[in-house]
Amino acid sequence: MLSIRGLSKGYSGPRPRAVLSGIDLDLAAGEYIAVRGESGIGKSTLLNLIAGLDRPDAGSIALDGVELTRADDDALTVIRRERMGFVFQAFHLLPYLTAAQNVALPLLLNGTLDGATSPRVSEMLAAVGLADRAASRPSELSGGELQRVAIARALVHQPRLVLADEPTGNLDPDSAAQVLELLRRSVKGEGAAGILVSHSPAAAATADRIYTLTASGLRSG
Amino acid sequence: MHRTALALALFLGPVRQSRGRLALSLAAIALGVALGYAVQLVNQSAINEFSQAVQTLSGTADLEIRGARAGFDEALYPRLARLPEVAVASPVIEVDVRLGGRSERLRVLGVDVFRAALVQPQLAATTVGDSLDTLRPDTIFLSPSAAHGLGVKEGDTIAVQTGHGEVRLRVAGLTRADGTRFGLVDIAAAQTALDRFGRINRVDLRLRPGVDVEAFRRRLQAELPPGVLAERPEASVKRAATLSRAYRVNLNVLALVALFTGGLLVFSTQALAVVRRRAQLALLRVLGLKGRGLIALVLGEALALGVAGAGVGLALGYGLAQAILDLVGADLGAGHFRGLQPALRVDATWALLFFALGVAVAVVGSLVPALEAARTQPAAALKAGDEERVFERLRPIWPGLAVLAGGAMLTASSPVDGLPILGYVAIALLLIGTIMLMPRLTVAVLGRLPAQAAVPAQLAVMQLRGAPGQSMLSLATIVAAVSLLVSMAIMVASFRQSLDEWLQHVLPADLYVRTSASGDAAFLTPRDQERLARLPGVRRVDYARVQQLLLAPEKPPITLFSRPIDADDPGRLLPLVSGFVVPRAGEPPPIWVSEAMVDVYGFTLGRVVELPIAGRSELFTVGGVWRDYIRQHGSVLIHSDLYVRLTGDRTANDAALFLVPGADSAEVKDALRATLPGGDTLDVDEPGEIRRRSMQAFDRTFAITYVLELVALVIGLTGLSSSFGALVLARRREFGMLRHVGMTRRQIAAMLATEGFAVSALGLAVGLGLGWVISLILIHVVNRQSFHWSMDLAIPWGPLAAFCAVMLVAASLTATASARAAMTDDAARAVKDDW
Repeated sequence: MLSIRGLSKGYSGPRPRAVLSGIDLDLAAGEYIAVRGESGIGKSTLLNLIAGLDRPDAGSIALDGVELTRADDDALTVIRRERMGFVFQAFHLLPYLTAAQNVALPLLLNGTLDGATSPRVSEMLAAVGLADRAASRPSELSGGELQRVAIARALVHQPRLVLADEPTGNLDPDSAAQVLELLRRSVKGEGAAGILVSHSPAAAATADRIYTLTASGLRSG
Repeated sequence: MHRTALALALFLGPVRQSRGRLALSLAAIALGVALGYAVQLVNQSAINEFSQAVQTLSGTADLEIRGARAGFDEALYPRLARLPEVAVASPVIEVDVRLGGRSERLRVLGVDVFRAALVQPQLAATTVGDSLDTLRPDTIFLSPSAAHGLGVKEGDTIAVQTGHGEVRLRVAGLTRADGTRFGLVDIAAAQTALDRFGRINRVDLRLRPGVDVEAFRRRLQAELPPGVLAERPEASVKRAATLSRAYRVNLNVLALVALFTGGLLVFSTQALAVVRRRAQLALLRVLGLKGRGLIALVLGEALALGVAGAGVGLALGYGLAQAILDLVGADLGAGHFRGLQPALRVDATWALLFFALGVAVAVVGSLVPALEAARTQPAAALKAGDEERVFERLRPIWPGLAVLAGGAMLTASSPVDGLPILGYVAIALLLIGTIMLMPRLTVAVLGRLPAQAAVPAQLAVMQLRGAPGQSMLSLATIVAAVSLLVSMAIMVASFRQSLDEWLQHVLPADLYVRTSASGDAAFLTPRDQERLARLPGVRRVDYARVQQLLLAPEKPPITLFSRPIDADDPGRLLPLVSGFVVPRAGEPPPIWVSEAMVDVYGFTLGRVVELPIAGRSELFTVGGVWRDYIRQHGSVLIHSDLYVRLTGDRTANDAALFLVPGADSAEVKDALRATLPGGDTLDVDEPGEIRRRSMQAFDRTFAITYVLELVALVIGLTGLSSSFGALVLARRREFGMLRHVGMTRRQIAAMLATEGFAVSALGLAVGLGLGWVISLILIHVVNRQSFHWSMDLAIPWGPLAAFCAVMLVAASLTATASARAAMTDDAARAVKDDW
């Protein structure tokens, strides 16, 4: 489903540096992997490149046979909107929307939100254990609850690929464990593929396979 | 969950978050639209009314043959009537008279009812019972508006002032035509009663079918005596529109200033909103909203704001226009449409235009923030601390310099269609260019500040140097508000002082007698003049004859004065703005012209020019150019001896009395009133009284400017407080961190007060400088091209210093108050907030 070949990315400036070099990765539907690595090694850059939010210097990224590196910004936006879901370390929920409205946002952007699809929002909120907090605003939720809403939002439109960047970085260990379990279960349950980026061994352990990102490339284990 | 509900929540959520600032922007847009629309509505209604009145008075005439206010020889009428192209000719006398015991004037039309019935049937139709009344010398028919305005009815008597006192006329009935105040009398009776023997003002012509009206008009014009013009009836409407045009355009520009400030507030509000919502907008991009969608979202908010502001503005404008008509009159206080009492008529085109203008200002104000939001890289924007990048595009110096250079070049432009359009564009460009250069200027100025001893001041300077783009939003509002306010204050002060000095120069006598205020029918006969000169206590009397001359069909008439003047020293009588020329023997005699004659008719110093006087075209040498603050459409002064030689007219309208030392002016006044016929109705004033009234009129005319200055000040202060407050709120995390590392609340408040003071001081300094430059453009370009008069620069130091002090104190207090509000959150929570 996702195929990455020879992916490289560097940053120019007064002190140019190569961040990613010769990355290869294959991911099948239903697979859930973790990418570990030191801070600053390029984990977030890898996710940004897969999401089409940044452009690689070399290499290719194909999602369901569609080459992302050759797509223009509008096409990438549509791919992201329809086929990807995101979970961030800092939650990023819109403060002026309720939990249910935040979850429904991808459906609105995909033009698939109407009366008939609202059960899908309730279903996702129930799946993450927040059925009773649908009308709550982000300011009324705890950190763990915020991340659960974010997971529901990432999966509500049944994406092919879920990208999670340090999703437990802002959570206490108990909440982190619950969120990681929920994320794995949800991704698998929806039949999506998932990439979890984290420097936490405990988080990485919840994945089917673990990769480590180093200066020389991506290696298994 | 419904799609519309969520879309609405997505749209309204941010609006609710910044409703205070949005309400302010909405109010500014509404104000601009309301002022512009009200001015337009009042003026358009007045012109429509005037146009209808002209149509009533000219009827089915194809051409009007029109002379100066003093009229032309009636022998022209039979010549015109006999022309083969003319079907009917109708002679008219048109005179403004003052009514005895009243301050109002009334336009009296003398017509030949039999002729008028063929050309102006509406005008000639009356409600008369006795048909002979239309021919009697002692009767008058009033238009229903005039009868209502004067409070008279059929059978009452009204007194009309003339050169020989008063003539009493019986109101015999009403005219069927209405729409303006006028009285109708028989033409022969008018000539007798108003001392117009052998003279008429106008002949209305209806041409035979098939005659090419324009070709005939041109041919006829060539055969008419000088000073008599053949014109289409609609030329009067154009002339009336021209009369008030410059004043109206200037008022509209003041309204645009309010709109511009509104646009700036929208820009500041939306730019701040985009900074504050930077990560939120980036999230929408990550989740799949296209760049165009993001632009549409931000512009959609602005559109809603514009629609609401412009809608409120139109409603307010209508109310304001009604209030202006009720309280000030159709002339907006400027005296252009006396006698008209128009009803407001809403013209959909103008309403739509002002509505579109309000919406456009809001949308354009949001364009830069919207484009910036769409251009931002979502991955970078999701991280905190990225806010200053928003303003990086504003840092290059060349765009700002190019805009300033464009503005500077436009100050040398000529008027467009008689209006200082490019002067206004120059002002807008100088303002925009300066605002664009503010981030660079902030770094340059604050980089030179000496090292600060106190920690809060040190941090404040570091913040301003490190993030100059953020302070640009506050600076933009301050610079715009201060420069516009300062420029208007300097212009008005310069005008006021120049007018005061001018009045002192042109009013050297001890007493002034004026009949010109009593209309065209009143004057001082040679016998009256002798009586005046013999009054006890009077040393010398200078007489002036004042007349109107029509030099071009679509331009308002100019004023011709005749009075004694020393050609070798004209500056003693006239406030000259040029040198003077004394014609050599054999050269045409001198006249002295106002600045408008130079601008409009090209009567430059030393040039030989032609003027129609007493039905002949005479040559004169322009002997000097003088400043005239009363007659913006042009005035010419001619020596009274020459005038009498050319015209034989020895009457006078006004007299300047120089008293013997020690004479009591009150006694002279009483003697004068007792000696002259109708003396108790004459205007007799001391120069101090005339000056006081003139300055009062000046202040009344500029009242709307003062109100707008106040509005600019309030908008400036509120905008400053709003943008500073928003920036401070956006820095909550920074304050949380500073509290973590050990800064006290007091120190943070001091830091913000220093920032507020520094930003305001810089904004004030730049605003004062720019305001001075704009005032020079207002004085030397805008006023000169609009009203054709110059003025000397006068800077109101005292009020400006007080204004600066208020701004500085307000800015520091605002900054401190905003800091208090921002620090009500607990410091630990502030650093954990993800947005």
